[in-house]
Amino acid sequence: MTILKTTTLQSDPVERQAVPDPTPMKASDMVRFRQVNKRFGETVVLRDLDLDVAPAEKVAVIGPSGSGKTTILRLLMTLEQPDSGTIEVDGEHLWHKANKRGELIPADEKHLRTMRTHLGMVFQHFNLFPHMSVLRNIIEPLVRVRGMSREEAATRGRTLLDMVGLAEKECAYPGRLSGGQQQRVAIARALAMEPKVMLFDEVTSALDPELVGEVLSVLRELAQQTDMTMIFVTHEMRFAREVADRVVMFDQGQIVEQGPPCEIFKDPTSPRTRAFLKAVLEH
Amino acid sequence: MSWSWEFTWEILPELAKAALVTIEATLLGSVLAMVIGLVVALLRRSHSRLVRGATIAVTEFIRRTPLLVQLYFVFFALPAYGVTLSPLVAGVLTLGFHYGTYTAEVYRAGIDSVPRGQWEAAKALNLPRRRIWSMVVLPQAIPAVIPALGNYVIGMFKETPLLSGIAVIELLNQAKLISSETYIFLEPITLVGVFFLLLSYPSAILIRRAEARISRR
Amino acid sequence: MDAVLNGLPHLFRGAQVTVEITILAAILGAAMAFPMGVLRLSKRRLVRTLAGAYVEFFRGTSALVQLFWLFFVLPLAGIKLDPMTAGVLALGLNIGAYGAEVVRGAVQSVPHGQVEAAIALNMTEMQRMRRVVIPQALVAMLPPLGNLAIELLKLTSLVSLITLHDITFNAQTLRESVGHTTEIFAAVLLMYFVLASAISVGMRALERRVGRWREAPLDRSRAALRQLADTMGGVPA
Repeated sequence: MTILKTTTLQSDPVERQAVPDPTPMKASDMVRFRQVNKRFGETVVLRDLDLDVAPAEKVAVIGPSGSGKTTILRLLMTLEQPDSGTIEVDGEHLWHKANKRGELIPADEKHLRTMRTHLGMVFQHFNLFPHMSVLRNIIEPLVRVRGMSREEAATRGRTLLDMVGLAEKECAYPGRLSGGQQQRVAIARALAMEPKVMLFDEVTSALDPELVGEVLSVLRELAQQTDMTMIFVTHEMRFAREVADRVVMFDQGQIVEQGPPCEIFKDPTSPRTRAFLKAVLEH
Repeated sequence: MSWSWEFTWEILPELAKAALVTIEATLLGSVLAMVIGLVVALLRRSHSRLVRGATIAVTEFIRRTPLLVQLYFVFFALPAYGVTLSPLVAGVLTLGFHYGTYTAEVYRAGIDSVPRGQWEAAKALNLPRRRIWSMVVLPQAIPAVIPALGNYVIGMFKETPLLSGIAVIELLNQAKLISSETYIFLEPITLVGVFFLLLSYPSAILIRRAEARISRR
Repeated sequence: MDAVLNGLPHLFRGAQVTVEITILAAILGAAMAFPMGVLRLSKRRLVRTLAGAYVEFFRGTSALVQLFWLFFVLPLAGIKLDPMTAGVLALGLNIGAYGAEVVRGAVQSVPHGQVEAAIALNMTEMQRMRRVVIPQALVAMLPPLGNLAIELLKLTSLVSLITLHDITFNAQTLRESVGHTTEIFAAVLLMYFVLASAISVGMRALERRVGRWREAPLDRSRAALRQLADTMGGVPA
């Protein structure tokens, strides 16, 4: 049976993705990739990627490492520029803007800054600012970027720290915290900016195994309680199954297949998905 | 201000001759600095606390005082004790000691970079301390620090004009003499600047090449 | 011996001049080093090249040649500088070029993830630099900058050659009038040593203040920072 499926489905999902979607932008899409290409030197990381994410949707992106999953998030966060194609966030072009004649021209820094207010990201290596206390890590961007008063920012910071269970650590420097604690602070810091879309880039990959749980439980709670759009790039299959509305299997710069977690995990159509899941779950 | 090519050609041979003296002083001083640096680095690893302490004190003193004053000291003060050095020798000695305290740091970094396991292996083979140094540690430490040492040679090329302070006949001194004779500064001093660029730039390129070759190994 | 003791005030007056030049040149040096070091990492090629040219030029030629150029050659172009101005300009620009390299290295030593986090928090380019990169880079750059300050102090002895009455100059005049060469130069060397040690102690205190956040036990970047400081330290100007 396995062999049968392999032969019939080998190239099918790929071709299905390669056909450009002619439907106009639905007003409801929060994130929309159209024909996005990205390469680093010789390596093609994204190939004609089309991807839509609805508001409040929780999407888990899975796939082998080096498959370009992280690049999706980095393009959205404007850390990396696409070679071609368009990305829209909340109905607006991310890397382009329309000039007076309605043509798309490359976005300037001002436009990018406006767009970034919609986006937040949590990194694999936390990237807390080591020279600021935990609370200041959260306050500083609120004050500098959002123009909030220090008192107001501190109140919000404390509320969020309380939410991630680190209220008593507000004065500590990040270097004094465990990896799991640091990552929870990083989540609080990103949340404080109230983005419409949150990006989570392998947020548990750099943690010691015993610290993974505390971070995942914070995320689980968050995913259930908010109507924020969330995209997780993750290797935690159980987490993806529990939290995601949709799982996207990614390999070699393309979406191999996507669907509700129950379908993808129980009955994957693509042999590549099956091989990947087998390798991950056996491990 | 006008540039006189006639005058330039007139002084060029003298300056070129002086450039040779500079190269000579620098090279001799470099060699001395390399040797002294290694000796200092080894003394700092001595078993005797006294030796270590004294070495640190002396090197810190040398590093925290100006080369020019050291040159004056060697040149003007030593003759009072019956030690009269030719300007070139005084210059080479001072340069050598001054830079030796810097190259010592470079050697130290190189020695520290030899993995502990190498020491342990050598001790397990029951090699005497002297042989551990000469056969195991230094052959690994020294190649690693050659580029850094090379940078100091370049640094020394730039410092040699200081020797003019004690009348070693070299580049700048020559320029100064000519200047005071003719009261024209532009040409000689510009030429000196050009000479320094000519001396230091190729050597910088050579060092970069050596660096690239060593890192490839 | 009396002659030397009587000469001490003369040397102390020289020390005042030495300290003055050191401070002024250090201010100029810092004012050059920070922008130039950061601009060397600019995205714009022209800016990068210009900053690079400054650094290469002043590091590539010797401080003494630069000093003489300003003092002896510039007047021929109609620009006459008094010895103090020429000395501060030459030494400040020279040490600034070395400082720029330190700043550049320290800025580069800040992990790129820090900048990415700052972008993700929507900070402006200036804010990323001022609030995130520079405070962290400062810890890495202070030890080598301390070394440079000592190099600068030593370099100031060169201004005696353009007739500024600093320690070295006054030592020479004292020696010519009263002799006792050994004692005078020993005293002078000691004065420089004490001044340099004062700089060293001051910089250590500053390092501790600025680096308080690094007192964390889990910090992995610490060894890397120290290594950086070591490789950049002791650069002769």
